[in-house]
Amino acid sequence: MTPAAPQPQRWAKPGVVAVVLVVLASAPLFLAPFATSTVSRILVFGLLAVSLDLLVGISGLPSLGHAAYFGVGAYAAGWVSINVTSAIPVPLLVGAVAGALGAALTGWITVRAHGVFFLMLTLAIGELLHQLAHTWEPVTGGANGMAGIPPARVGDQPLVVSGYVHWYVLAAFAVGVAVVLVVSRSPFGLALRGIRDNEPRMRALGYPTRVYKYAVFVFAGSIAGMAGALLAAQQRLVTPADVGFATAALALLAVVIGGVGTLWGPVIGAALVILIRDAIGPGLDGHGTLVLGLVFIAVVYVLPRGFGGLVSRRHR
Amino acid sequence: MTLTCHGLRRRFGALTAVDDVSLSVTAGARHALIGPNGAGKSTLFKLITGLLRSDSGRVSLAGQDVTTASEVRRCRLGISQAMQHASLFPTLSAAENVTLAVRRHEGRISWMPRRQPSIHARTDEVLDQVGLADRGRVQVGALSHGERKQLEVALALACRPKLLLLDEPAAGMSAAERAGLVALIAGLPAEITVLFVEHDLDVVFELADTVTVLNLGRVLLSGDPAAVRASDEVRQAYLGGAR
Repeated sequence: MTPAAPQPQRWAKPGVVAVVLVVLASAPLFLAPFATSTVSRILVFGLLAVSLDLLVGISGLPSLGHAAYFGVGAYAAGWVSINVTSAIPVPLLVGAVAGALGAALTGWITVRAHGVFFLMLTLAIGELLHQLAHTWEPVTGGANGMAGIPPARVGDQPLVVSGYVHWYVLAAFAVGVAVVLVVSRSPFGLALRGIRDNEPRMRALGYPTRVYKYAVFVFAGSIAGMAGALLAAQQRLVTPADVGFATAALALLAVVIGGVGTLWGPVIGAALVILIRDAIGPGLDGHGTLVLGLVFIAVVYVLPRGFGGLVSRRHR
Repeated sequence: MTLTCHGLRRRFGALTAVDDVSLSVTAGARHALIGPNGAGKSTLFKLITGLLRSDSGRVSLAGQDVTTASEVRRCRLGISQAMQHASLFPTLSAAENVTLAVRRHEGRISWMPRRQPSIHARTDEVLDQVGLADRGRVQVGALSHGERKQLEVALALACRPKLLLLDEPAAGMSAAERAGLVALIAGLPAEITVLFVEHDLDVVFELADTVTVLNLGRVLLSGDPAAVRASDEVRQAYLGGAR
């Protein structure tokens, strides 16, 4: 018998979470505005990566098109902010609903496929929506992107200072990640792990596995849509690139670097990806992607389970 | 629960794996299915559970025709199976494996974590029943082969089956584990009908009240164990040079 791992102190986990949240929340107090907005971008991308890990790591559904629902959420939230209201939490909810709708409309095809076919179908759907973002100019602004998104507002007060935007992003990020964690620890989450491990056996036990896969696909889509809404609020610009393969692949990269199935690991992966792309990349004449590739290779060799593998072996 | 198969046939290319098999399992029976390798036992099981569809013939459960019913639907009607090659959830613990089966049948699959003492109690009960009471927290990947087979039976029992299908449940078990399994099956209540495939004839004759012999996809003989044991035909099929 593998001896049960020594249980960490009861207060250790909540303690770590509290410290991390306090550090993140105090970022605007000691960082310059640009650095603060980089941290905000990490959180936005981190939430996308966490929602993708729910598919890849928990449910065994490797998606190459998850950015599609991120983009749908971002455009929907941007559109509502421009044309209706940017009062919190309206754009956030609209983004989540739009992401869920997008996933609901496309997911019923994808969950019928397995393995490589699932990968290819999600890739195709992602590229379709990417094309749509390009060509549906009246709404999306085409290749120029959707510009002029007004700042998010609390009541009548627009959030213009990057510190306030950061706090908004952080709060929504915390809520989104908490919801994903709660679901992954629920009976539904255990069923998803069962499907990941052995789908035929789950069917033999009487689980209609396709319904479960569809449900988690739609749910992950709504969280990705929520992350998209945060992107719209933080960047105030949404472009077709946010919908496309490049974003989807980076999100998958963040999941793998961070540790598939750990849910918190992908946030660290997202931090690395964004830091390399936005903070180190510009100083290298746009060779940031090269560094990213090297980091990826290094991680796969040195930490095959990603950063998450360093800490937890269980709760995969 | 009674199970009736009538004229089942299933081909794989040129091979007719199950050829015009009729089988009737009475409620509460301990019915053994024996036959040499390639006799069609596993295929017949798959036709009964709904994993495979038959080319012709009918399957009915408790008088209800389920020939075209899905695997999930048949499971709801009370069929439960332990697979020949332990088919479990390798990254989950033994208890989580059983919990998945228990919850499907008597819990709600909610989106919120919740304390479900009755599910826990039932999980512990089933693990105890198959002799894995102190192994609940162990990941399946770390269990021995025999323990995995026991867990396989636990998953089947956790569904509170009316018809329990066991495909070579004792294969690969140690002598002690095998004795435990025989005692467990012998001790099951009569509400559970058991149909099992087994190569170990000691186990078969210890447990079965009816034995059906399959050979080359056909029913060679069906009857009480004594008659089957005495049959020359059966001996021939097992010792080779059949027909």
